[in-house]
Amino acid sequence: MDILTILAESARSAVGPVAAIYALAAVGLNLHFGYTGLLNFGQVGFMLVGAYGVGISVGVYGLPVLVGFAVSLACAVVLALLLGIPTLRLRSDYLAISTIATAEVLRYVYRAGFAEPLTNGVYGLQNLSAGFRSINPFESAERYGFGVFNFSGNHLWVMVATWSLVGLFALLTWMLMHSPWGRVIKGIREDEDAVRSLGKNVFAYKMQVLVLGGVIGALAGGMMAVHQAAINPDQFKPQVSFFLWAILLLGGAGRVLGPLIGSVVFWFLMNFTDGLLRALGSEGYLPFLSGPDFGAIQLAFVGLLLVLLIVFRPQGLIGDRKEMLINVK
Amino acid sequence: MSSDETTVSGAEDRMAGVEPVPGVGKPDPVLVADGVRRSFGGLTAVDVEHLEVQRGTITALIGPNGAGKSTLFNLLTGFDRVDQGRWSFDGEAINGRRGHQVARSGMVRTFQLTKALTRMSVLDNMLLGAQRQYGERMAGALWRPGWRKQEAANTERAMALLERFRLLDKRDDMAGSLSGGQRKLLEMARSLMTEPDMIMLDEPMAGVNPALVQSLLGHITSLRDEGRTVLFVEHDMDVIMGISDWIVVLAQGRVIAEGRPSDIKSDKQVIDAYLGAQEDEAEAGEGDDG
Ligand SMILES: Nc1ncnc2c1ncn2[C@@H]1O[C@H](COP(=O)(O)OP(=O)(O)O)[C@@H](O)[C@H]1O
Ligand SMILES: [Mg+2]
Repeated sequence: MDILTILAESARSAVGPVAAIYALAAVGLNLHFGYTGLLNFGQVGFMLVGAYGVGISVGVYGLPVLVGFAVSLACAVVLALLLGIPTLRLRSDYLAISTIATAEVLRYVYRAGFAEPLTNGVYGLQNLSAGFRSINPFESAERYGFGVFNFSGNHLWVMVATWSLVGLFALLTWMLMHSPWGRVIKGIREDEDAVRSLGKNVFAYKMQVLVLGGVIGALAGGMMAVHQAAINPDQFKPQVSFFLWAILLLGGAGRVLGPLIGSVVFWFLMNFTDGLLRALGSEGYLPFLSGPDFGAIQLAFVGLLLVLLIVFRPQGLIGDRKEMLINVK
Repeated sequence: MSSDETTVSGAEDRMAGVEPVPGVGKPDPVLVADGVRRSFGGLTAVDVEHLEVQRGTITALIGPNGAGKSTLFNLLTGFDRVDQGRWSFDGEAINGRRGHQVARSGMVRTFQLTKALTRMSVLDNMLLGAQRQYGERMAGALWRPGWRKQEAANTERAMALLERFRLLDKRDDMAGSLSGGQRKLLEMARSLMTEPDMIMLDEPMAGVNPALVQSLLGHITSLRDEGRTVLFVEHDMDVIMGISDWIVVLAQGRVIAEGRPSDIKSDKQVIDAYLGAQEDEAEAGEGDDG
């Protein structure tokens, strides 16, 4: 393997289905944290209910995939209400703790024995993409693209659908944030008591944002189900939420395109480090490490990336430094 | 100047014949509070038997640090919950209402620690104050033609207020770039965007340089002259005596005295509880602000 191949392969996956799915989930997180300041450390919980909404509807009950997505969205709304009603009136750290705990509890519930009739427990659900692929406008066996940028028809269909959703919700974000509604939201991020003193129902606004961002996260989860065709609970570990945070902070929180750029760059770097480690390993340059260690090194790399980012570029790649530096006191 | 004098005397007229005793009734009270009590652990921060605020006057709320002035503000405006008590604004019971609901009913407050929304422009700060905006509903926000006209009208009103508060040339700056005094002005102007009947200012002059104090005083007087009721917390005795129509003295959560400035100046209890300690406190206060 030469370095050019690794670079090309990394670039290919930077625009692939996974990057698109993470970008979509990060668009939701951007609404939560980037604009409103809601500390949601459990975006993966919304992805989980989204993935299983599709998975259970399609895989267990044999319903059409669109019905599955509708179920996903409904689950996300319920989850957002359950999280928000008790915590959104309290200090912001309560939401942080609740989200991270709830997402992890959800994973345990979905993998538990009593849930097996619906979720098939730790084995997860399979054969979930037939419905989605049946409306694929591309030829599933064909390869599309040029040079290294070639994808199978199935992947291309997921990419087109997911990146379109990313574009759609980025546009929605832009429209909302450039309206009086968005002004209230930004005000809440700055100081919610001030906004309350001006007659705005801060709780209701935060609830709306939590629901909207959660629904977008659930859509990303649904796309994950149809992309992979199989899901299991342990794909939804807390690290997914932290990847999303890394993506958001990398791209620029509170920027419409932050999640897009963040996800592309993030997955480029992830795949590049992975490819590089593997190449070095196979050449015998890393005698003390074996395959499974690479994953751990990669995670350490994400951590390092976050630290460097916060130290050197707290506003992210496309953030506004001037806005960051404003004296907040 | 002459019109000022007539309104000042007009406000004083309204207080004519009112006895300077704690809890005294007013001829036309806009705010009436009864048995308002709040304690933190064992400490009773506020314990107000009866308090009325006369419509269209400047009423000062004074008292030593920790007397419970800010807590009383928080309670009356729905930013804190009482242990017991009820109060009405403009004849309507508003106890139990939450902060935003109180603001909507026409009673708006500012904060002791200024709450300028620092990473938003001065103009956006102002526009947040406007009420009943169609574009502030999530669905309405997406339909720009539905709110564009209203936004333009609100912007015009915001500009006029910014002009009045000498902040017009700062309208596109981030609020965080303003000086402490300018932030106080902005907060006051922003609260006026809600078109309140009553405005409650918690230490509007704290940390403001002396040059701006005069203009702030002018603004407060003009609020009253527009027919609004002002209730404000302040420490500077010259300021208080200069512009207040009525003064309420709070100590350890209780109203220990109220009356015209001349009554308060000579009140033995007030001098003991408060004015005696005035000098030290003013210095301590300045240290905090700097
Ligand atoms: N959230 C709170 N928790 C505990 N004690 C408080 C709280 N808020 C105020 N207090 C106490 O209540 C008393 C009144 O405070 P405050 O209303 O801020 O006084 P003032 O504004 O008159 O200086 C003080 O003793 C203060 O320490
Ligand atoms: Mg105070």
